[in-house]
Amino acid sequence: MPWTRRHLITIEELSREEIEQILATAKAFRSILDRRVKRVPALRGKTVVNFFLEPSTRTRIAFEMAAKFLSAEVVSFSAAASSTTKGETLRDTAQNIQALNADMIVLRHSAAGSPLYLSRLLHIPVINAGDGAHEHPTQALLDVFTMRDKLGSLRGRKVVILGDILFSRVARSNIHALTKLGAHVTVVGPSTLVPYWFEHLGVQVSHDLRSALADASVVMLLRIQHERQESSHFPSLGEYTSMFGLNKTRASWIKPDAIIMHPGPINRGVEIDSDLADSERSVILQQVTNGIAVRMAALYLCAGGQPEAVVNVN
Amino acid sequence: MSLLWITHGRIIDPASRRDGPGDVYIAGGRIVPSLSAAQKKRAKKIDAGGRIVCPGLVDLHVHFRDPGQTHKETIVTGAQAAAAGGFTSVVCMPNTSPPADTVGTIEYIHHAVTNAVVRVYPTGCITVGMKGEQLAPHGSLKRAGVVAITDDGRCVQNNELMHRAAEYARMFDLPVLDHCQDESMTQAAVMNEGVVSTRLGLRGWPHAAEDLIVSRNIIISAYSGAHIHLQHLSSARSIELVRRAKKDGIRVTAEATPHHLALTDEALGTYDPNYKMNPPLRTEADRRAIIAGLRDGTLDCIATDHAPHTDYEKDREFDQAPSGIIGLETALPVVLAVLVRENKFKLPHVIDLLTRRAANVLRLPAGTLVPDAAGDVCIFDPTVTWTYDAKAGFSKSSNSPWHGRELTGRVCTTIVGGRVVFDGQRIAS
Repeated sequence: MPWTRRHLITIEELSREEIEQILATAKAFRSILDRRVKRVPALRGKTVVNFFLEPSTRTRIAFEMAAKFLSAEVVSFSAAASSTTKGETLRDTAQNIQALNADMIVLRHSAAGSPLYLSRLLHIPVINAGDGAHEHPTQALLDVFTMRDKLGSLRGRKVVILGDILFSRVARSNIHALTKLGAHVTVVGPSTLVPYWFEHLGVQVSHDLRSALADASVVMLLRIQHERQESSHFPSLGEYTSMFGLNKTRASWIKPDAIIMHPGPINRGVEIDSDLADSERSVILQQVTNGIAVRMAALYLCAGGQPEAVVNVN
Repeated sequence: MSLLWITHGRIIDPASRRDGPGDVYIAGGRIVPSLSAAQKKRAKKIDAGGRIVCPGLVDLHVHFRDPGQTHKETIVTGAQAAAAGGFTSVVCMPNTSPPADTVGTIEYIHHAVTNAVVRVYPTGCITVGMKGEQLAPHGSLKRAGVVAITDDGRCVQNNELMHRAAEYARMFDLPVLDHCQDESMTQAAVMNEGVVSTRLGLRGWPHAAEDLIVSRNIIISAYSGAHIHLQHLSSARSIELVRRAKKDGIRVTAEATPHHLALTDEALGTYDPNYKMNPPLRTEADRRAIIAGLRDGTLDCIATDHAPHTDYEKDREFDQAPSGIIGLETALPVVLAVLVRENKFKLPHVIDLLTRRAANVLRLPAGTLVPDAAGDVCIFDPTVTWTYDAKAGFSKSSNSPWHGRELTGRVCTTIVGGRVVFDGQRIAS
């Protein structure tokens, strides 16, 4: 089956086969990252514009590196440095980027739905690098890539996502990716941040950490996004840590071979015990490295590359 | 004296329980029982060709953006859109720029209305600047001609202030219209809170935020005896609260919009801001409750909440787009589709909800074809199917979810005070 999408906007709209295609492509690119010369000519002559209207460290650098390793030119700019601060609309800014001969746009935006909006407006590919609380498709892809790498097939595996689910695009994209790949997902956290509506996305909702962690193969922690919340969602970070923070005692409830994940940035001592973040079971930094390979795959495929042709590219 | 003779119509006038073939006569701007043979010779004759002849439609809820936001709409263009939709009397909301909280602004509106093709009734603010802090001068506003007071678009959050407003306005027999929204529960909210908002990652506006204020208003109405009209109700719970309040004899009335009747939050899947309104589209259960509320009289009438915004304001990220859609030119076909064809309401019942019952809420002199009533008439064909082009409409804005869609039922003629203001194509100059 050939890859036909020009945009990567959501995981929700992808089929299981398409997810497999991206993962297979990423696997091929992953080997490049271990080489001394990390560069293939797949996107030579193309220009990728990283258009980040929200702060980002990992995602933005990973997209930049991914584009460079594919031999593309890459231009990155952020909200503070752009004309959006002068009142230019997203529509106008994006059309200007296109007029400046960009071949692809990678968009990070605080408003859910804005990558879809741009994809309908522009004739160049748009890749969603996180839209509000909606989706963060490349994050979920690097997460399942990492889980596969560590655990093999995810079919029938239990994955616990713990923390601020309500405001999390990472949670939503992972829910879609994991359920499509046959994993059983449980979302856990305080009832104000893990509303029962999530059951309609095909996951279990729990507020009891012990039973949720019992037979999990993966525990994925999410940062408490205090910048997105009003004070009313939970009493304090201290209370959150005491009720839901992953400490050593609680980590002993999960299976011995289970892995601990976090999309970053981590708040040490809040959602995760500092030592646990650095422990053997933590794959947090491997996630970051895999993120480059996954973004190489996303850029390559949306630029018109085919999964089976990656070997030749290499 | 100008004379008008409408023949060959199916006359539906719910106020006089009239439904059948017949003629309607207008002399000197008012409905008359008949014309003399000599008058008939002189009268301008309109052949309704078997189509529906009913009272001009009445809309208690429009935003004409005038003064101050006339890039979106003006009283003149808004009135033209009303005429094209069969409406002959409309009540415009005071959230203009400046808000209509002074006699001067009401006088400006009265002046602008002289160029409007339909009857435009102003409302005044409940609070100064719609800030919810200090009462606006309701007595002076009443003397200047407002038919009600409202902070529509905002909701008075302070219960003490709302109580005093109701008590004070009652002295002038001024109904208080309220947009029911607890703002503390809806910070940054852009759509209904529920399964769909969870999936889309959009900030939810729980129906409880409407229900709370509806309850508050029922209690204040019962306590003060003031008439409070609940605008654009969207939640099943709110409607049940109103049903019980009416049973208890409390002086509350309520309206529903065509979009809350026809659409649900499922429509937001593509993040199209033309489905962003406040209150937001809710669930199928809420939609069914609104229809049931109109069926049993819990909801008094249909009102459009016609809310024009330009393309460049509306066409942007969903979170940042303003709320609201235009509705005057699509209300009748949308309501016919939902209530008559889908839910088997009788046509006279639906016309009643769009005419007499709406007029009764604010005691407007409109909504009937009985002798001596204003000569305001709508003639429409309930069967003709057409494609709605919002850009070709008469509103200055085109923010409509029905743009490009096929609609069934179309206004052929709109008459205000015995004068044809819309002939199915053009607005009278």
